[in-house]
Amino acid sequence: MSEIIYLDNNATTAVAPEVREAMMPYLTELYGNPSSVHRFGGQVETAVDRARQQVAELIGCEPDEIIFTACGTESDNAAIRSALATEPDKCHLVTTRVEHPAVRNLCHDITHGGPFRSGYRLTELGVDSQGMLDLQEVGNALSPDTAVVSVMWANNETGVIYPVEAIGAMCRENGILFHTDAVQAVGKVPFALRDLPIDMLSVSGHKLHAPKGVGALYVRRGVRFEPLLKGGHQERNRRAGTEAVANIVAFGAAAELAKKNIALEKTQVARLRDKLEAGLLASCPNAIRNGTAESRLPNTANISFEYIEGESILLMLDEYGICASSGSACTTGSLEPSHVLRAMGVPYTAAHGSIRFSLSVFTTEAEVEKVLEVTPPIIKRLRELSPFGRD
Amino acid sequence: MWDYTDDVKKHFLEPRHAGQIDHPDMDATVGNITCGDALRLMAKLDEQHRIVDAKFQTFGCASAIASSDVLIDLILGKTVDEAAVVTNQDIANALGGLPDAKMHCSVMGVEALRKAIAEWRGEPFDLDDHGHVVCQCFGVTDTLIEKVLREEKLRTVDEVTHYTKAGGGCGACHGKIRQIISAVWGAPAETPAKPAAAGAMTNLQRMQKVQEVIETEIRPVLQNDGGDLELIDIDGTTVKVAFRGSCAWCRARDFTLDGTIGAKLRELVDPDITVEDVSETLA
Repeated sequence: MSEIIYLDNNATTAVAPEVREAMMPYLTELYGNPSSVHRFGGQVETAVDRARQQVAELIGCEPDEIIFTACGTESDNAAIRSALATEPDKCHLVTTRVEHPAVRNLCHDITHGGPFRSGYRLTELGVDSQGMLDLQEVGNALSPDTAVVSVMWANNETGVIYPVEAIGAMCRENGILFHTDAVQAVGKVPFALRDLPIDMLSVSGHKLHAPKGVGALYVRRGVRFEPLLKGGHQERNRRAGTEAVANIVAFGAAAELAKKNIALEKTQVARLRDKLEAGLLASCPNAIRNGTAESRLPNTANISFEYIEGESILLMLDEYGICASSGSACTTGSLEPSHVLRAMGVPYTAAHGSIRFSLSVFTTEAEVEKVLEVTPPIIKRLRELSPFGRD
Repeated sequence: MWDYTDDVKKHFLEPRHAGQIDHPDMDATVGNITCGDALRLMAKLDEQHRIVDAKFQTFGCASAIASSDVLIDLILGKTVDEAAVVTNQDIANALGGLPDAKMHCSVMGVEALRKAIAEWRGEPFDLDDHGHVVCQCFGVTDTLIEKVLREEKLRTVDEVTHYTKAGGGCGACHGKIRQIISAVWGAPAETPAKPAAAGAMTNLQRMQKVQEVIETEIRPVLQNDGGDLELIDIDGTTVKVAFRGSCAWCRARDFTLDGTIGAKLRELVDPDITVEDVSETLA
């Protein structure tokens, strides 16, 4: 296979060289337990503290507001379960139809069987054809028994950014906890949590060039918290279990790198994304952008190639070493296309042929040009094979 | 990533029989764009009814395209009668096997062949389609499910989904698929427990039960599809509901009303229940 052109950074990212270097000592000589009394463990504890500081600086909060977890999914589970545990008299959850499965399936699980069986009600907010939420609808969904609202910061499939500040403010006004899954936003969009009405926020390490297996949950000071994992006193009694020190140190180094590179997202990354997107839309007939261009991540382009099927496109791109992903039924592992595109009302003729390209600061001009060169013939070829589409 | 064999990849990347034929003797299309795959099969015959040329056009994933291509390898040079006995297993075998969840691609290939032959012979194509649609998501009929069930000796809902796609969407038809399985193989149907003596229910009990069934059995299914349902009123055995979300403008609304909601309530609450749609009167 030719060299890899990795445009699937919303799925996961490469571990950055300096990140790998930062974590190596903790996989080799510095294997102590941060909870130990001896100095050998103590120096490891110092490294964890430093990583906490680095992550706090990236998202603009205090280090003691960070809880390290194993992944974004754990952070989401911990946040929403904690909200319900600390608001025992409330029985209503609000989320959106376009959430990542980490939140969506969790909410479905919590409310499974409806109020009669589970004791909980769920409101899932719809989106318009551009993937946007209606703030008025968010307001209408809030009720006195709403325990928690969870709305993602940015959508993993379309890159659409949601008005979390406005939603958080509405929640705060009504005394409702607000959680956001910011796994796709952190490191791509600059923000400082100390200025924002957000109570809890989930982050994942491997989306920003740290290895898989580490995440964090931000819990604002003063927000009551009930741990998901119970046991030892780690993470100030908020997440039991011996710290994954090497991963945490890597996450810290990745956070520092992300903070350093974040200005490039709006310039370099967005420019390459725009070049890729505009080029594909211009060179491929019947290609449509999914999701608004007004409010979205700088690195994500989601394009539907009508009348052909996404898995076929991916496998042909794969022949050139190009890695992307699709919302088509055949690639979602189910027989139905992406729930995000369906919630947006994207017609089946287009949903089955949707391809997501997600860039990173490591994406080069030459890589984008290669994709622009090989994709149009693939689309043309598959349309020739299809009984529906004619160019 | 699917674990495709080299043969699947070869037939997908370099199909030899893709294209169209002018004035074909046989021409049949199965599947549709909504379902995510479709296959058009065209063929030319000589005087001996031998297939001398055949082409396909396929919308679908790699295994759908590969199945179409290998199908033509299997039928080229054969007479119609010889081709008629090709099975989906032949297609899968010729590809060195298909992942379980992709077996429906081979079924699509053989359905296109059978449809093309039936139409050429002027016979009614047995799936076209006097059956009753069981899976609304993918438009799969009981006739097709039963046929594939028998041919492939399928015993579970998952297997039926792998081979026909039926049940792969909202999941509302799993009960019906189980019934077809048990009707064919005579196994006991796994049905939810029926309510004890329905007649003995008080009005209040019936209302509670209706509410519970709507919350637990019906709304989650509709919500999965972007729709929803509101229980407006219960008057004796008449249940009044209003559709919300995508259900409100769904073409299958009437079917959902009686075929899904009514049937579920009659099954689990009271056989006398009727359901009324009052969405419009409220709007």
